[in-house]
Amino acid sequence: MTVDLILFLILALVAVATALGMLFSRSAVYSALFLVLNFATVAVFYLLLSAPFIALTQVTVYAGAIMVLFLFVIMLLGAEQLPPAKVLPWQRLLAIVLALILVVEAGYLLFFRGAATGQIGEPLATFAGPRQIGLELFNQYLLPFEVTSILLLVAMIGAIVLTKKEKGES
Amino acid sequence: MLPLTYYLALSAILFTIGALGVLIRRNPLIIFMSVELMLNAANLVFVVFARVYEALSGQIFVFFVMTVAAAEVAVGLALIVVIFRTKHSIDVDQMSNLKG
Repeated sequence: MTVDLILFLILALVAVATALGMLFSRSAVYSALFLVLNFATVAVFYLLLSAPFIALTQVTVYAGAIMVLFLFVIMLLGAEQLPPAKVLPWQRLLAIVLALILVVEAGYLLFFRGAATGQIGEPLATFAGPRQIGLELFNQYLLPFEVTSILLLVAMIGAIVLTKKEKGES
Repeated sequence: MLPLTYYLALSAILFTIGALGVLIRRNPLIIFMSVELMLNAANLVFVVFARVYEALSGQIFVFFVMTVAAAEVAVGLALIVVIFRTKHSIDVDQMSNLKG
């Protein structure tokens, strides 16, 4: 049992536990907070995988901006109290069965059919720091970068236009 | 030195939990959060393979996925707010009319 394996198992346990906590939590606020913890755990995974820039981007964008937006909307709509569930009776069972089939199939392909082989080594020192990411992003991927900026502008305009009150409404 | 399959198995489990969330829950905010979880699982696979092949393109793609996810969340939450304003309920089972 190397340190790598122990570290991975602890982090994986936290990630799966928080994901399940998000899934089964009765309060929407608790779900959002569980998901923030899940994102932070995945950010630590990125650090283990020599992706420091992506790890901190994950914390800043996902846990810091997207989840805060979620919490704002949850608070705004008062969705933390859920109404009693009136689901179709067979839906949950079918969903769980199908999810189990998916996981078992993925596990079989990964562990018994050798779908992916390779080893993850130690974290590299300057593989993906901000400088390297910046060089790659602005040299090879400049066009997608600029298109993404337009996409964000469109999303901003869309969000504002959608929630704008029409004239004549109270 | 960890085998690659451990990370991929973790990503598969997270993705399945996200898919389960989309199928089981009826609060659209939780459904949205489960979609974000699925995106995260895919991002993890990208970063893993960027490490294995020592190619930065995987991480650049993760960067773009995060950006698109942020834009999607902004618009999606705006939609949910507007739907709540007209229907005063955010139960997805009741949102079965196309006419607003």
